[in-house]
Amino acid sequence: MNRIEIRDESCKGCQYCVIFCPRELVQIDKGRINALGYNPARFVDNPDRPCRGCALCAEICPDALIEVYRKEKGRS
Amino acid sequence: MALTKVFTRPDSLRDLDFHFCPGCHHGTAHRLICEAIDYHGIKKKTIGIPGVGCGVFLYNYFDLDVCEAPHGRAPAVATGFKRVLPQNIIFTYQGDGDLGSIGMSEIIHTANRGENITVFFINNSVYGMTGGQMAPTTLPGQKTTTTPYGRDFRTEGYPIRMTEMLAPLEGVAFAARVSLHTPSQVKKARKAVLRALDIQLKNGGFSFVEFLCACPTNWGLSPRQCIEKIDKEMLQAFPLGTYKDRQGS
Repeated sequence: MNRIEIRDESCKGCQYCVIFCPRELVQIDKGRINALGYNPARFVDNPDRPCRGCALCAEICPDALIEVYRKEKGRS
Repeated sequence: MALTKVFTRPDSLRDLDFHFCPGCHHGTAHRLICEAIDYHGIKKKTIGIPGVGCGVFLYNYFDLDVCEAPHGRAPAVATGFKRVLPQNIIFTYQGDGDLGSIGMSEIIHTANRGENITVFFINNSVYGMTGGQMAPTTLPGQKTTTTPYGRDFRTEGYPIRMTEMLAPLEGVAFAARVSLHTPSQVKKARKAVLRALDIQLKNGGFSFVEFLCACPTNWGLSPRQCIEKIDKEMLQAFPLGTYKDRQGS
């Protein structure tokens, strides 16, 4: 399963990753406030439309907080 | 099943949190430059020269040698560095108030001399660090703290298009304008940054990359609205593209 890791303690909640995720798998965690005082982004995978590892969220993250892990090629 | 890490922070970017506001594109520009430095494997011989503005803390974030320059004088400092250390890769990182206003003379003459340096120009159409005053690149009608009724071309003039202005100069080898507001534009921006450093590595001459960036705090907009503003307004005033690529043509 592809996934991303968000370093949410440093996230400023700009929502760029939320806007650009083509599968709407990144959300703002309204129930949590991080040390910087923002509601951080959170990765919520959905089995119906799983993460493709396209890395658009990581491309757009202005703080370079997202790491993307993808299944090795040829096994999808 | 084995997972491969396909995207992470570049090596040259220190593991620190940026001080930039939420939605500011300075961080993206920082990351792209670091990625290009890593790609070319020039971390040990690169010297960065930030101007004055929000990008002034570049020395904190880049794992490189950095020399601060006074307001607008980064191209002059870079010229000195390049002439003394021709083997090193020298880039400047300047905002629009720094490069387009107080440093206008330095940038034009450095470009005209064809100094073999790379200039990264952050255009967010406003003075960011000093509190949102009008910059030379402010869009017509844009409200800033010094143009509270919007920029009026009759008294404040029109936005300066630096890339178009520098591209015809003989000494300029590469001039491109890119945007950072969508992932696809970030990918195009990465190519432009790689190309600009590549030209310097081949002693091709002066290379210039302008980034269109958002300044949510001083525009008074949310990051989401900033993307729309770049898409609808800034791209009209500042068309994207490669205006000159001497070795590529």
